Amino acid sequence: MLYREAGQFKASYKEDQQIFPIRQDRIAIALILAFFYLGVPYFASQYWLQGIMIPVLIFSLAAIGLNILTGYAGQLSLGSAAFMAVGAFAAYNFVLRVPGMPILVAFVLAGLCAAAVGMVFGLPSLRIKGFYLAVATLAAQFFIVWALTKFPWFSNHSSSGVITAQKVVILGYVFETPEAKYLLTLGVVTVLALLAKNMVRSSIGRSWMAIRDMDVAAEVIGIRPMHTKLMAFAVSSFYCGVAGALYAYTYLGTVEPEGFNLDLSFRILFMVIIGGVGSIMGSFLGAAFIVLLPIFLNISMHMLGDWVPQGLASNLELIVFGGLIIFFLIVEPHGLARLWQIGKEKLRLWPFPH
Amino acid sequence: MKMKKSALIGFAVAAALGASVVQAADQYIGLPSYRVGPYAAGGTGIYGGMIDYFQLINERDGGINGVKLTWDECETEYNNARGVECYERQKKNGPTGNTVVHPLSTGITYSLIDKVAVDKIPIISIGYGRTDATDGRYFPYVFPLITNYWSQSTAKIKFIGMKEGGMDKLKGKKIVNIYHDSAYGKETIPVLDAQAKKYGFTVKHIPVAHPGNEQQSQWLQVRQEKPDWVILRGWGVMSAVAIKAAAKVGFPREKMVGVWWSGAEEDTIPAGSAAKGYIAAGFNVAGTNYPVMKDIQKYVYAKGKGNMDDKSRVGSIYHNRGVVHGIITVEAIRKAQEKFGKGKSITGEQMRWGIENLNIDNAMLKKLGAEGFMPELKISCMDHEGSGKVKFQQWDGKQWKVITDWIDADKSIVRPMIEESAAKYGKEKNIAPRDCSKES
Repeated sequence: MLYREAGQFKASYKEDQQIFPIRQDRIAIALILAFFYLGVPYFASQYWLQGIMIPVLIFSLAAIGLNILTGYAGQLSLGSAAFMAVGAFAAYNFVLRVPGMPILVAFVLAGLCAAAVGMVFGLPSLRIKGFYLAVATLAAQFFIVWALTKFPWFSNHSSSGVITAQKVVILGYVFETPEAKYLLTLGVVTVLALLAKNMVRSSIGRSWMAIRDMDVAAEVIGIRPMHTKLMAFAVSSFYCGVAGALYAYTYLGTVEPEGFNLDLSFRILFMVIIGGVGSIMGSFLGAAFIVLLPIFLNISMHMLGDWVPQGLASNLELIVFGGLIIFFLIVEPHGLARLWQIGKEKLRLWPFPH
Repeated sequence: MKMKKSALIGFAVAAALGASVVQAADQYIGLPSYRVGPYAAGGTGIYGGMIDYFQLINERDGGINGVKLTWDECETEYNNARGVECYERQKKNGPTGNTVVHPLSTGITYSLIDKVAVDKIPIISIGYGRTDATDGRYFPYVFPLITNYWSQSTAKIKFIGMKEGGMDKLKGKKIVNIYHDSAYGKETIPVLDAQAKKYGFTVKHIPVAHPGNEQQSQWLQVRQEKPDWVILRGWGVMSAVAIKAAAKVGFPREKMVGVWWSGAEEDTIPAGSAAKGYIAAGFNVAGTNYPVMKDIQKYVYAKGKGNMDDKSRVGSIYHNRGVVHGIITVEAIRKAQEKFGKGKSITGEQMRWGIENLNIDNAMLKKLGAEGFMPELKISCMDHEGSGKVKFQQWDGKQWKVITDWIDADKSIVRPMIEESAAKYGKEKNIAPRDCSKES
């Protein structure tokens, strides 16, 4: 009843092409953004911002990156964590070695470095496909982590190979409190998510999807596979790289190459699969699911109190987490984003379903 | 983007958080433990031992000057991001917030170093973590107590020198360093190189990729090199595999010296008979033949309040290491109470003072029933390590046997390297060093 677009006529192409063509959606988005920009920093505790909101946002960004590559362009990749590592170490080195480097510029340059590395490792995608490509990107995962450990220059000759992010200063303002760091992260993620959403609706996004659905047919209608695939690798790695820089600068503060291991790559891939392959919205839902569910389970196990021994509780957490993933994949193989879409369609008809 | 779903989950978590409130006049310690995953053997043992000791203090002494210890655990899975989440979750619990953090993971320690300085909660990282944090002028809130990796490396070379019949006999000898190819494994390379130069032996570094369950090529290389000694810097599954691989190529296990993270029952038992004769460093010993362990049996396990599911692990290397963590934590709280008010809950900032002024000598260890169980410990503003001593133990096929007394580190090699590294950190982060003569 409330969620109905009757009476909203599009009089121009511009109106027809906007991201949220329905007025209710626009209002909802404005309210949600206002809530996250104004409400959350005001009400949420330090734990909430630092322990939950910031990681969810950062992983959402990484998941968007992988979703562009895997979900939209159809190229399976297992190297997302390594591209995050490139971003984190590149940002560190730019700030360290270029005096007066503005931090946001360093983030962009870090993303570009990751994009360049991503393109190199994307080259095999021109010849091999599917699971074989996944193995090729696996090489990126191991090679990059190895190289960052092997060459001490990357970590400024730190004996342990660990880097500590410098202070984040923009126009003289020091981002130190969790609120400030949260807002910075949120700002970067909002801009990049909006950009991604527009990219996948534009011609480049359509050519990605054409390649994904059938590359021979795409080539026949005039889409250059090399250009398109490498573009997908570059954009995807750019997103992962910026996520990695944020991971180091606004979340952990100190990172080691080991932290960006295959496990993290898999985690990002799971976010994409659970959230919804080929959906920007799904990246957010998937990241929230994968990051929050274990924490939620951990806390609820604690509420059971002493009669569940800690060792059992920790193992139960993994069992329930795994079980829920399987459950969700069975009831909705297209991910949480699809559930959201179904909900929206139902709401459109409510209260008079057919 | 719409994030209603995450917000909903969030509110449920927030509701759950409200439930964990601890009563006043308690001392709360948040434990970011790991009981699942590849390193669970270490996690269950050490956190179990620590909890057993806290339980002993509550049961036998009624707490520290009447202040009962309380704690809860938060599963980190040895994962940095989960570790940070646990730290944030636990830091405000209890009447005075979290007292002290024991991350038991080098990665999590690194991730918390900046945060603890802001929140004023000390980190104790015994035998792991950031080596240059030994320089307390730059790292007021980080305590890599007892011994760090560099100190341990010099003690190992000293031990090898002893076995060879004097440090001058090391000249011309060949040592192979088999290390876990990670930040952790690489950390001792510069110290070993410095010592090789000083004593005139040659050292060859051979990396093993994580997790290390395939080491055939590395050990073939060892066979070609024919070294006099092999130093094993392993972690997790890598250690047992290395011992077995050494047996396969016929390298004598009596010439293999492991770091303390590859010197527990969990490393030798899987290697079976191949492990007999293998030597490892340790800052604590195994066994229950100490008064403190007997008290744990009597006051904790006899009452059914023990933390270890597998009672046979009580007195194992990891469990005893946890007891050492417990002793140090409790004594630091006691020290802080002496200054800031007996019978009161102390804050993290006061705890920091307690750790920095901790002095556990042999008389005190005797009183605690832990003489010979762990080395003496004296912390100061300059020296956040406080000891540097290790014992070497040999696996006799059934259990670890101590074969040396406490061996000191060679501070003349380690200290300048630590100060250099810490000063570099200070410069990078714009931290001015504290003036230690003004600390009381």
